[in-house]
Amino acid sequence: MQHEVIDTKDVVIRFAGDSGDGMQLTGSLFADMSAVYGNELSTFPDYPAEIRAPHGTVSGVSGFTVHIGREGVKTPGDFCDMLVAMNPAALRANAKWLKRTALVLVDEDTFNEQGLSRAGFKENPITELNIEDRTIIVAPITTLTRESLKDSGLDAKTVAKCKNMFTLGMACYIYSRPMEYIYGYLEKKFSRKHPELIEPNKKVLNDGYNYAANIQAIPNTYHIEPAHMKKGLYRNITGNQAVAWGLLAASEKSGLPLFCGSYPITPATSILEELALHKSLGAKTLQAEDEIAGICTAIGAAFAGSLAVTTTSGPGLSLKSEALGLAVMTELPLVVVDVQRAGPSTGIPTKTEQTDLNQVLYGRNGECPMAVIAAHSPAHCFDAAFEAAKIALEHMMPVILLSEGFIGNGSEPWLIPSMKDYPAINPPFATDAEGAYRPFERDPETLARKWAVPGQKGYEHRVGGLEKNHDGVLSSDPQNHEMMVRERAEKIARVADFIPELSVDGPDSGKLLVVGWGGTYGHIMSAISQVRASGHEVSYAHFDYINPLPRNTAEVFSKFGKILVCELNSGHFVNYLRGLMPDRSYLQCNKVQGQPFLVQELVSAIESALQSMN
Amino acid sequence: MPKYTSQEFKSDQEVRWCPGCGDHAVLAALQRAMPTISEELGYEKERFVVVSGIGCSSRLPYYMNTYGFHSIHGRATAISTGIKVANPDLTVWQACGDGDALAIGGNHFIHAIRRNIDINIVLFNNQIYGLTKGQYSPTSRFGAITKTSPYGTVEHPFNPGSLVLGAKGTFFARSLDSELKLNEEIMIAAARHDGTSVMEMLTNCVIFNDGTHKAIADRDVRADRTIVLRHGEKMIFGKNRDKGLMLDGLCLKVVTIGENGITEDDILTHDAHTDNIGIHMMLADMKYPDYPVALGIIRDVKDITYDDGVRDQVAEVAAKSRIHCMDDLLRSGAVWEVAD
Repeated sequence: MQHEVIDTKDVVIRFAGDSGDGMQLTGSLFADMSAVYGNELSTFPDYPAEIRAPHGTVSGVSGFTVHIGREGVKTPGDFCDMLVAMNPAALRANAKWLKRTALVLVDEDTFNEQGLSRAGFKENPITELNIEDRTIIVAPITTLTRESLKDSGLDAKTVAKCKNMFTLGMACYIYSRPMEYIYGYLEKKFSRKHPELIEPNKKVLNDGYNYAANIQAIPNTYHIEPAHMKKGLYRNITGNQAVAWGLLAASEKSGLPLFCGSYPITPATSILEELALHKSLGAKTLQAEDEIAGICTAIGAAFAGSLAVTTTSGPGLSLKSEALGLAVMTELPLVVVDVQRAGPSTGIPTKTEQTDLNQVLYGRNGECPMAVIAAHSPAHCFDAAFEAAKIALEHMMPVILLSEGFIGNGSEPWLIPSMKDYPAINPPFATDAEGAYRPFERDPETLARKWAVPGQKGYEHRVGGLEKNHDGVLSSDPQNHEMMVRERAEKIARVADFIPELSVDGPDSGKLLVVGWGGTYGHIMSAISQVRASGHEVSYAHFDYINPLPRNTAEVFSKFGKILVCELNSGHFVNYLRGLMPDRSYLQCNKVQGQPFLVQELVSAIESALQSMN
Repeated sequence: MPKYTSQEFKSDQEVRWCPGCGDHAVLAALQRAMPTISEELGYEKERFVVVSGIGCSSRLPYYMNTYGFHSIHGRATAISTGIKVANPDLTVWQACGDGDALAIGGNHFIHAIRRNIDINIVLFNNQIYGLTKGQYSPTSRFGAITKTSPYGTVEHPFNPGSLVLGAKGTFFARSLDSELKLNEEIMIAAARHDGTSVMEMLTNCVIFNDGTHKAIADRDVRADRTIVLRHGEKMIFGKNRDKGLMLDGLCLKVVTIGENGITEDDILTHDAHTDNIGIHMMLADMKYPDYPVALGIIRDVKDITYDDGVRDQVAEVAAKSRIHCMDDLLRSGAVWEVAD
C-alpha cells in the first residue's frame, strides 16, 4: 500500500488510559505542541474523581481530548478521529465516540485475560464493541518501552511510566508533529531534580515515532496546516489559570493588593494554586480552614482595602451563602468565583454543568440580589475575571463569576493581550469627607457607596450584617429598610449602563434566536455554523452578563419569533428570562449529564425548533 | 503621634446591654486600655479595628469610636484574620461570646490560634446564650438547666483555656468582668503580644444566668477562690496571702504557707513565658473547689505570626522573581509568535 500524507482541516484525538497512565500529561503536551505549531485547538480533560481509581476498570478511565485544526475549532469535538486506548477499559469507555473512519491505537500488552475481564469483556473486544470496521493499530507499547529502555539503568517502575512517551511519539508520527517542543519540555522538567530522566524519555519518544513509521498497520499520516491566526504572541491557557491572571490584572489596574481566601474544591482548586504562585505581584493567598472562612477572610480583606476574592464550586458556594449576604449588606467589593460542577450535593465532582445558576441568583436569605457574570471560554475567563473585579470595585458590591469545569480545565490558544489595552479600575474611595463621612451615602449615578479603609484618619465607621441607614447607624425603621432593599437592587440594575450591549451573531431579526450563556459558547457556535451551512437562517446571542442583563436584551428578543435557550441544566436561565420578559415565546434545549453538549445535539435542537415554526 | 483619652475611643451610640450586665465593665476596660496601647505601640486611633460576630457581646464595635465590623454568627475570627493578613499595620480587636467563638465559630477560633494570627480576642464567657434568651452554651456546666435543657445538660463544657492551649495558643489570660484594673493590664499585655491573644472574661448575665460565676466572683470569697498569676511572681493567693501552689508529683497542690514547714520559697513561681505548655494547661484547668481559679496572664510566649509570615514571603518572592508586572507574567513560560 502506498503511504500517503493526507492534508486535513481538523482532527480530534482522545488519549485514554488508567488514571495513573499519564494521559492528561500526554494530551496536554500534544495540545501545547500543536498550539506552538500554529493550530487552533480546544481541549477537554475528562477524568474520574478518584486519584488512582481501581486499576483497569471502566470507572477509572482518564481521558484527555484534543481538537486541533486549521480553522473553526471551537469545541473539543464530539467524535474522535483517533483514540489512544492504553487498556481495554479505555477502549470500552470511549468506543462510542469513534468516528466511522477513526484510527484506534491500543497497547496490546494490556489486552490480556486480566485486563479484558476487568473491563468486562468476554470475547474479542473489537467484535464485542462492533468496531471491526475501524483501523485498529495493535502495538505492544509496554514491551516496546521496556525494550527501548533496557540499557537505561532505570528501574522497572520508572520504565513503565515512560510508556506514555512512546504513545506520544507514535501520535507525533501519525499527525506529522515536530517534536522539539517536547524535548524542551522534558529538559525543563527534569533538568534540576532528575537529569537522568531526560535522555531516556527522549529515546522512548523517538522510538515510538520510528516504530509508527516502520509498521505497516498505519496506512496514512496526516498533516494539519497551521491556522491563519492573527499576528502576535500566543500562549495556551486554561480557564482556571485565566481567572487567576484576570484577577491579578485587576489588582494591577486598581492598584489594590489581591487577597484570595479559599478552600480547595474540585474543579476550582487550581485558581488558588495559580494565585499562590504569584506572590511577586503582591498576591496574598490564604488556604482557609473551610469554605466559610474562605469567604469571611476575603470579606475582612475587602474591608481592609484589598481586591478580595474567594474561589469555589457549587457545594462550597452553598456554605458561603450567609457570608454572601453579609457582603451584599456591607456593600464591600468581593469577587466570588464559582467553577460549576455536577450536583446536587457532592454530585459528580469532576464533571461539568451549569446547574448553579439558580443558586447564585436566588440562594440567599432576604432580598439579596447579586451581580452575576459568566465566562464563555477558557481564554475569556481572563476578561470575565477582570470585568468581575472591575464591577465589584467600582460599584462596591460582591460579584459572582460563573465558570464551569469544562472551561476551567479546558484550554485554548490565546493571543496575549497588553495591559495598556485594559482600562484603569477606579474604586470610589472616600476622600473629601473627613469627620463627616456617611458610610452608605450613594453616588447619584451608580448608587455605590464611598469606600473608607481602616487606617484612614477621620473616617472611622462600623459596618455589619444589621440594616443601617445612610449614616451607617443601625435602623429597623420600616421605610428605611425598604429604601435600602430597593437601593441595593437598583445599584445592581444600574451596572447595565456600564456593560456592553448584547450582540447578535447573524441577522438581528428573524424566526429564531438561539440563546446561550457561559461555557456552551463553542458548542453552540459550531452548531450554528453547521445549521447555516445546511441553508437555514438562524441568529445567536450569547450572554456573558446574567445579572443585570445587557440593557438592550428585551429589544433584541422582540425582533424574533422564538427564543431557543440552550443550557446544561433543567432550564435555569430560560426561567429567569421568562420571569423578566414573560411576553416572549421560549423554547429550551437542556442537558444534565455532567458532560458538555454535543454539537450534533444542538444542531438537532435548532433544526427541530426551525421546523416547528414552519 | 496624637495622645488620646479613653473618651475618644467611645462612640456616640447608646450602650444597649442590660443594666448590670458584665459586658459594661469589659467595654470600659477596653476603652481605658486603648490610649495606653496607642501610645505604647504607636497605633493611631484610625488603625484600631474592632470586629465581632453575633451575640450580646458582639454589639461592642458600635460602642467604640474606631473602625468596626459587626459580622455574622461565629465568623468574627475569620473576618479578623482577613483584615490582619490583608493589612498587618492594623491592630485588630475582636469581641465574641462563648457560643459565637466556641460553638458555631469553633473551627475559625482554633485555626486562628494554630496560625498565630496577630489578633486580640476578648472572649466574653457568660456560659449561656443571652441574645436568644437563655439556651445552654458550650461552656455551660454539666447538668445546667436552661430553656433547651429543662432537665439539665448531658454534655461536658469546654474550658476555653484548655482549648486555646490545646491548639498551642501563644497567649491566654482569664479574668472576671469586674476586675477593671486587671483587665486593662491584660489587654495591654495582649496588645504587646505578637500572635493570637485570647482573653477569657468571665462575665455575668443578669437575666439568663445570674450568678454563674458567683462561687468564685463574690467579693468576700474572691481572694480565696481565685489566684491572680503574674509572670515572675510566686503563686500565692488568699485573703491573708497565706495560700500557694506547689507541685505534688505530677499535680498541682494547694498548700498553706507556715503549715507543715512550708515557706514562701517552696511556692511555685509563675513563668508565663516558658514554652512548656504542660504547666500552663494545669493552671488553666484549675477548678473551684479543688483549686483556686487562675486569673491573669497564664501564657504569653513568642512565636512567629502568620500575618508576618505572609508579608515576608510576598516580599522575599518579589525580590527574587523576574516577574514584576502583568505584562511580564503574560509573556513568561511557553509562548509562541505567529507571524503574518
